[in-house]
This record gives sequence, C-alpha cells and structure tokens, in this order.
Amino acid sequence: MTRQPQAPPGQPGAGFDLDRPWRLDDRVAVRPEPFGALLYHFGTRRLSFLKNQTVLTIVRGLAEHPTARAACASAGVTGEALPAYERALATLAGSAMIRERTAS
Amino acid sequence: MTAAPAAPASLADQFAHGLAAPICLTWELTYACNLACVHCLSSSGRRDPRELSTAQCQAVIDELQRMGVFYVNIGGGEPTVRPDFWELTDYAVAHQVGVKFSTNGIKITPAVASRLAGSDYIDVQISLDGATATVNDAVRGPGSHTTALRAMGHLADAGFRGFKLSVVVTRQNAGQLDDFAALADQYGAQLRLTRLRPAGRGAQVWHELHPTADQQRAVYDWLVRHGEQVLTGDSFFHLAGYGEALPGLNLCGAGRVVCLIDPVGDVYACPFAIHESFLAGNVLSPGGFTSVWRDSELFAGLRRPQSGGACTSCSAYDACRGGCMAAKFFTGLPLDGPDPECVLGHGEAALAAAGQSALPVPAPDHSRRGPVPVRIGRRRPDRPCDDSPLAGFTAGDR
Repeated sequence: MTRQPQAPPGQPGAGFDLDRPWRLDDRVAVRPEPFGALLYHFGTRRLSFLKNQTVLTIVRGLAEHPTARAACASAGVTGEALPAYERALATLAGSAMIRERTAS
Repeated sequence: MTAAPAAPASLADQFAHGLAAPICLTWELTYACNLACVHCLSSSGRRDPRELSTAQCQAVIDELQRMGVFYVNIGGGEPTVRPDFWELTDYAVAHQVGVKFSTNGIKITPAVASRLAGSDYIDVQISLDGATATVNDAVRGPGSHTTALRAMGHLADAGFRGFKLSVVVTRQNAGQLDDFAALADQYGAQLRLTRLRPAGRGAQVWHELHPTADQQRAVYDWLVRHGEQVLTGDSFFHLAGYGEALPGLNLCGAGRVVCLIDPVGDVYACPFAIHESFLAGNVLSPGGFTSVWRDSELFAGLRRPQSGGACTSCSAYDACRGGCMAAKFFTGLPLDGPDPECVLGHGEAALAAAGQSALPVPAPDHSRRGPVPVRIGRRRPDRPCDDSPLAGFTAGDR
C-alpha cells in the first residue's frame, strides 16, 4: 500500500459547481442499503450516507457525465427537484467524498 | 457522520431496522492481554484455547469483504500480541476491509509505527484512562501510562496524523478532559471519549468508577462545546436527555448497526454485552457471520420496534431512547426501563429498587486472576492456556 496523503475535511459546500465534471474519490467505498447507500472515505475516515436511490444513481454516474448537472438529468433530476440534489452533492464535495475531475 | 440529502424518514429510524451489514463491527481477536485493567469489558487476560486460527480469521475477512463491511474495529484482549496480528491486518487491507485497532501500545515500536503510518486503511487507537500516570495506572496497571505515551510518541514521530487517543470516562478522569485534549493535540492525535460500561470486569467496579451525576453533566457540556472534534463512538447518547443531541446517530446500535465477534467466533449484539443473553451465533456455524447478522432471532428481535416500558411517558424518551441496553442488563435493571445513568435521575431510584442480589454475571471470564468459571463435571485445564505468548508475563500488581 503506498502512502496517500489524507485529505483534510473540507468546508461544507465549498466550491461545488454543478456545471463542472465530478467523480467519486478513489478512497471512497460505497455500500448499497435499503434506504440508499452508505459511503466510507478511507482517507478522512468518515462515514456518510445517501438517503435515497436517486442520489446513489447520481453519485455513481458522476464519472461518466461531463457535468454533475448532466449526471442529475440522467437520473431524472431536473427543474425544481434539482436544488435539493445540488445541496446533497455540495455536502459530499465538502467532505471530500466527491472530487472535481481535473482533466476529462 | 455527515448527512447527505433529502430524507423521507429519519435515518436513525431506518438504521433501527438493521442494515445489510454492520457499520461498526468490533472483532476481539484474543482474550490474551499483558494488562489486567480493572474495567475490562471482555474480562481479558488469558488466551482461550478455542480462539480462531489464522485461516479461520481469514475466512471471516473474506466474508466481511463480500458483505461490504468498510472496516473492523479490532480489539481484545491486546490484539497485537497475537503472533499473526500483522499478517491478519495485511490480509484485511488487501481485501478492502479497513482496520482500526485498539491497543495499549505494547507492540508499537518505531518500526511498527512507520509501517502503520504508510496506510490509509489502518487506524490506531491508543487506550489511556488517565491524563496522569497516577489516575491511569490505578485502573490500567503500573507502567501502562508510560507504555501508551511511548507508543503515541512513536506514531507521531512516524508522521501518523490523526490516530486516536481513546479514553473511557471515569469518576477519576472526568476532570481531565482538557488535559486529554491537550495531550491528543501534542501528539497530532484525535481524542475519543467513551462511556464506562458495567460489562466484563467493569461490572464489578462500575459503582465506584462511573461518573457522578454532576460529572456526567459536565462531560455532556464539554462534549457539546467540542462538537465533532471529539469522537465518542456514539456512546453518550443517553445524555441526549439533557437537551441538544450529541453528534452521531443517537441510538442503541446493538444488532442493528453494531455487533461483536469474540475471539472464539461467538457473535454478540454489542461489545458491551458479552453474555449468553446477547449471543446471536458463531461465525463457524453454517452460513457463517453473514447468516448470523441477517437471520439470527436475537438480532431480528432487536430490529423490531422496542417498547419504552417505564420510560414511555418521559419527556426525554425520544431523545435518549431509554439509554444503553448493556448498562441496564449488568446493573440488574429491566431493559425497557431507565438507564442506570439516566440524566433525570430515574436510574438511581431503579438501582435502589433492583438491589444488588441477583446481578447477571458477565461471561466468559478470561481474567488471569479473580473469578474462574465453574464447569460442572470437569475443570477447564490451565495448561492449554499457557501456550499464550504472554504466559508467565506479569504486568505487576494492580
């Protein structure tokens, strides 16, 4: 196992942009559960949870879409439903569970 | 724990129905220990001759990987005295099961510390129950404060940031919380405070060691002030009755999000409930741990809605949920009544009413001295226990 620097816990919502490309951090494990999913980040050693199946679909699709907005749309989340999911993704970005893709 | 999105129902309610796999799985690898802490939850001391072999442990890890268990909390006894401890740690990490282990520090040499610092998938908790040697060693044994601080020094020197300094809050150290926080800062560690449970040998000393009502209130206020900077393993949820809930799920996770695998493979509802009343099965039985977790009758019962009993009419019940099952059980209180440390004082009255006559005896007991379980027809031989690497090691008198 090579040494990876531990990501410091970020500020909630800091720097999340729906129109940028995102992905799940490599050190995050995802376990589906009846209510949604549990996430565990091995770098920050923090647990988080996704409270429904839709946000799980969005998170899993992030890496395959050019923007987070497109990942949301692909999961059927648009219009008035979008802000709640944007906040959810911002929370995940704030705890380093998801990261902006630098080059795609 | 941080919450993400849009929730239909309370997540705590969802968790109360149980999960596909535990979030917080404690695995005690051995009953052998170089120390003889007076409050040991697992009454550890001597190795049990039936402890799981290396191959059996690896099979359990394979299962945990299949279940998607993120990490295991390894304890004991003193887990690092198992000759295959590092081999098992490497095996778990190679199978995407993270390891957090609790140790008194005895085997944390500079070389070990460097190795540990190199992995994101290994976390270390150093146990210390007094900021000063006097307070700590009275509970954990002579020299144990020095051993713990030496280990912390090695971890800090190796660049291991954020390891845990793990403290059980007692009447003797409840006034030292700022000192513990300073100590953690000094070594680049994170402070973890947990509740003293009357389990294992702790049942015998709980009445003298558990914080007074005034101390408990001060601990709560301190925890509220420090928020998420200080970890608690959700162990003070019974204090939510004071008002604001502490960070965490604030529910009893026994059999729902938490369980314990003991050194012989027995699965209990939680690490504080090593007693046949909370024994759900064994990992060596057909279906293994997965089947115990998903199908045991005991766990199914714990996942059904619980009765608040005598607490139902209390205004604080929604916050504290009646407190800790194990604390009630080992102090002789009904499981659907108040916690012995109920913040509204109902526990004291219940304790007085319950008396001390017929308390459940925590079992099994692997203490090197003190009570030995009586076996009808045959006495457990001492000899097989002597192949422990610690046989003959004396930590000195308490």
